[in-house]
Amino acid sequence: MQTSPVLPARGAPARSLHRFANPGRFLRISGRVLPFLSAAALVLTLAGLGAGLFLAPADWQQGDAVRIMYVHVPSAWLASFGYVALAVCSLLSLVWRHPLADLAAAEISPVGAGFTALCLATGSIWGKPMWGAWWVWDARLTSVLVLFFLYLGHVALVRAFDDPQRGYRAGAILALVGVVNLPIIKFSVDWWNTLHQPASIGLTGSPTMHFDMLWPLAVAALGYTLAFMAIVIARTRAAVLERRIHGLLMARAEAVR
Amino acid sequence: MTHLPFIVSAYALGILVPVAFAVSAMVRFRSARRRLAAIDARPRR
Repeated sequence: MQTSPVLPARGAPARSLHRFANPGRFLRISGRVLPFLSAAALVLTLAGLGAGLFLAPADWQQGDAVRIMYVHVPSAWLASFGYVALAVCSLLSLVWRHPLADLAAAEISPVGAGFTALCLATGSIWGKPMWGAWWVWDARLTSVLVLFFLYLGHVALVRAFDDPQRGYRAGAILALVGVVNLPIIKFSVDWWNTLHQPASIGLTGSPTMHFDMLWPLAVAALGYTLAFMAIVIARTRAAVLERRIHGLLMARAEAVR
Repeated sequence: MTHLPFIVSAYALGILVPVAFAVSAMVRFRSARRRLAAIDARPRR
């Protein structure tokens, strides 16, 4: 039989992805990485928050209220980053049926919802002294609220079916549809006239923030990002064991029948 | 320091949320490992 030279090339990424789908291998590798990741996350987060609180200067307009930024901005960044990770896992789940991607997606969404809630809460706490209101129906705030509901929708949908595979599939479709909200969040401050300030840090231009404020923010953002990753890995490890328990109990029930 | 109650609340939430997630993940993993050890009769390598 003649084989197409294209077929192995198309199958190759799937094969290499599935090398990491082995739950035993995932538990072994993540078990080694997790302590270092958690320690780095703890040190960097505390250093970033401490520097933001005690070393960074106050803003000439906002006073010390600007220090809320060192919690708010990393949580806002992680709200979007978490959703990108959720969408990637959903794609892996739908296209390559990657079994760990299903579990990871189901574990990312509650954590993403938590960090989005943290972003909304700290934004509200920052908004009250600066804007005089806990909440305004501004394009940035509203689009992040939609992101929060997308996360909650994913959490509910994944757990809504008796057959977990149907739940993972429905959740993956929702997650991929919801990606459209990410550019809306990013560009909402440019597209609409918003009370929320435009971005101070961009990929193309230099930051419009003094270095003494920038470095604690970068350290806190890195610390929170590592914490997010460590939490998701720890939750996925627990989910792998729970699935193994479920499988064993089902096999025993079948054997008894 | 100006706006102290607002700053303290934001930092408290900023520490509480990740810590709560981390502790719950740790408790969940330990509980799952204990249950698995109780029902899985395979010898440990």
